[in-house]
Amino acid sequence: MINPTISGRAWKFGNDISTDHITPGRYFHLRGNLEELAKHVLEDADPSFASKVKTGDIIVAGKNFGLGSSREHAPRVIKIAGVSCVIAKSFARIFYRNAFNIGLPLLVTNTDEIDEGDILKIYLEKGKIEDETNGKKLNFTPLSPFMRKLIEDGGIEEHVKKYGDFKVE
Amino acid sequence: MDKTISERIISEHVGRDVKSGEFVVARVDVVMAQDGTGPLAVQELQKMNMERVFDKENSIIFIDHASPSSRKELSNSQKILREFTKKTGAFLSDIGEGICHQRLVEDWVNPGNIVVGADSHTCTAGALGAFATGMGSTDIALAFALGKVWLKVPETQKFVINGDMPEGVYSKDIILHIIGQIGAGGATYKAMEFEGGTIENLSMSSRFTITNMAIEAGGKTGLIPTDEITRNYLEERGRGDKFREIKSDSDAKFEKVIEIEVNKLEPLVAFPHTVDNVKRISDIEDVKIDQVFIGTCTNGRLEDLEVSASILKGRKRQKDTRLIVVPASKEIFLEAVRRGLIEIFLEAGAAVESPGCGPCVGIHKGVLADGERVLSTQNRNFLGRMGNPKGFIYLGSPATAAATAIEGKIADPRIYL
Repeated sequence: MINPTISGRAWKFGNDISTDHITPGRYFHLRGNLEELAKHVLEDADPSFASKVKTGDIIVAGKNFGLGSSREHAPRVIKIAGVSCVIAKSFARIFYRNAFNIGLPLLVTNTDEIDEGDILKIYLEKGKIEDETNGKKLNFTPLSPFMRKLIEDGGIEEHVKKYGDFKVE
Repeated sequence: MDKTISERIISEHVGRDVKSGEFVVARVDVVMAQDGTGPLAVQELQKMNMERVFDKENSIIFIDHASPSSRKELSNSQKILREFTKKTGAFLSDIGEGICHQRLVEDWVNPGNIVVGADSHTCTAGALGAFATGMGSTDIALAFALGKVWLKVPETQKFVINGDMPEGVYSKDIILHIIGQIGAGGATYKAMEFEGGTIENLSMSSRFTITNMAIEAGGKTGLIPTDEITRNYLEERGRGDKFREIKSDSDAKFEKVIEIEVNKLEPLVAFPHTVDNVKRISDIEDVKIDQVFIGTCTNGRLEDLEVSASILKGRKRQKDTRLIVVPASKEIFLEAVRRGLIEIFLEAGAAVESPGCGPCVGIHKGVLADGERVLSTQNRNFLGRMGNPKGFIYLGSPATAAATAIEGKIADPRIYL
């Protein structure tokens, strides 16, 4: 079952956070060791992020989050760092598919009214985000049925194990 | 008969008529991973107990990013890939052979194919009328084993490009112009089709530069209809029989149609740290450059080397500006040697490196020092891209790069032509 609510602290980032911000090329040699690579997650956007982020926290960003390379290591280290969900105004395509493939939910909404440090409660079933700090309620763009299924199944590998194939309909 | 190129190709690979917006499972023709993304794909296959490939000849591992390897961790990752190809029979394109995207169009991709690769610039092959798109390691792992992928059929933006290219303006300038206009997210999730008189007159090499950078506007793929130039290219490569006409139907529905006029275009440069931060060469004041890099899947082809060599011939790089040249593939390197281009680069003061991604990926062969600026013919200039977040990356055409190497600052190539 899809976890109906996610609750966590917001970490804010701007527009165009690239996969190079998330997993810098200079750590290419750590790609074989995702736990180590995760210690540098988002280092080129906020050098202290990896040491501050706690399990369940939520990344909140502007437009085009995850642009750039196809490296699946980017959503993986975000997940390994404990992040439960990324909310942004929009996502780059490859990052979007990679995140759902590994079971990391991404939600699209206008993030302007969420501030750094706000406590967010996300109701995946209802399509709502509640900012408990400022009391505002936001709707996010509904997930397509296949994306929901990927999150419910825990990613594409579990999905394929379960159905023996891709079950898009 | 109302299909875009993407709808047509995906329909053929699904076995029924599909329209944009649908989620489908499509058969694939060519699947690849490289040394940055391949090891994770292999590990996932091992984890799923599915270490196999659907088609040995069309499942390819390229070792091009750290090529040759610059440290032991990367050597160990590459070993995983070499063992995978031995075990499964997948094709291995090892160090020195060239960049995955260049090698794919040289030897594998045909019009009408679906090509998926664990590299964002897989869209390059779309210039051959193939639906070619980048994905992550797990998608590619499953594609290796099952020979299919899940896809959302994209909507298409059509770019109609007309006009004669002014001297000193190249296809790199056209695509930088487009990305500057629509922004780094302007085509997110969309297929981009490029057509019009200007495109029809471009060589395949110049076309690959345009489709290569579709991803820099967020595009799912970049596509160019096939024509006589496509046919000649395939014939020269011994695949003339694989030619077929690929174009969108006259009543296909596009999300957007954007018309571009190139008559008045001038050389362009993308400034740090986003590809859409594009400036005209005549608007650029003195920008000192510490390093010039000519190469990559964007602009490391023979035509690119010829243009830069024609400018560098009999000239030297400015003494404080390093020059690095990396041919995109072994075949290109060999031909550049035969034509005397490598001699010109060496005499101009260049360091010529073996085929591969070179310094573009930020791990070797020209990592920037703090505060340094590079003008590169590559496709992206994100913060930290070339290995140092304190470096500054400017993007331009091979001609602009050559002129810049001579002057030691961003320079207009037109005075050298």
